[in-house]
Amino acid sequence: MTGLSLAEAQRFGNEQVGVLGAPATLSVEASAIRRFAEAIRDPNPVYVDAEYARQTRWGGIIAPPTFLCCLRPPVGTADLNFGSVRLNGGNAFTSHRPVRPGDVITAHAWLTGVEAKQGRTGDLLVVQSETRYVNQDGYLVATGRATGIRR
Amino acid sequence: MNRSSDEGHSPGRFSVGDRLPAVVRTPTTRDLVKYAAASGDLYEIHYDDRSAREAGLPGVIVHGLLKAAWLADLVGSWAGPDAFVRELETSYRGIDQPGHPYAMGGIVRGLSGDQHAPCVMVELWGESARGQRTTTGSAVVELTASPLPPEH
Repeated sequence: MTGLSLAEAQRFGNEQVGVLGAPATLSVEASAIRRFAEAIRDPNPVYVDAEYARQTRWGGIIAPPTFLCCLRPPVGTADLNFGSVRLNGGNAFTSHRPVRPGDVITAHAWLTGVEAKQGRTGDLLVVQSETRYVNQDGYLVATGRATGIRR
Repeated sequence: MNRSSDEGHSPGRFSVGDRLPAVVRTPTTRDLVKYAAASGDLYEIHYDDRSAREAGLPGVIVHGLLKAAWLADLVGSWAGPDAFVRELETSYRGIDQPGHPYAMGGIVRGLSGDQHAPCVMVELWGESARGQRTTTGSAVVELTASPLPPEH
């Protein structure tokens, strides 16, 4: 069930650092933005009200800052099979331009580092990754960084 | 940088040390299910109690990214409708569970950018009911109403 040993996982991770995984694509729909905004209970009308949004700086509906976490491309080319529990240690988003309904976003993700640790509850692996999000016109819309904890 | 201008969305209306209005949210398991569906993160530890306990947790826990979204809302609501969250960083140092209040706050730590793209740097946090800072983070928010880069 746990797959690789900690040492094997560390070695495997080291080999996968910088290897871009297969792309994942999301066609952004206004309904998905609305569902996301409602789920996070963000009341900003620019996410849901086209009439209101038209008169803002944005000129139309945009997505909330963390919306692109809906798009999760595979990290690297092979699954890092360690542990049975995954926890999220942290996230960072850099947004370059807003995401809008009608955008087609393509994302790639890769490992940036893997660190084996002895935790209070036993072996754990800290997995750092990055994701790059590009729109249909080739513009970088955002980059994401994530810290995952596996044990 | 020295600027006293208060017009438009210059950081003149903000000062280092300003506190963001505190917000408390008490999520329900239903909120977590809604977020799971909306985000596509269907990991069971966020809505199935048995899976969460098998994973060594005391029960289902709030998604880290949901807490990040709440903090982005906190800073966005404060900065105003023309603000753009350029950077949002969150670190999850403890778990939070449905039925328990999660108290968020923030403080202005710096001002940067120029008159075309004035930015505020904000420290953010979220605390559990026991006062543990379970989330620490920061954001860089661009305040300007200057034109966006061309789309085409």
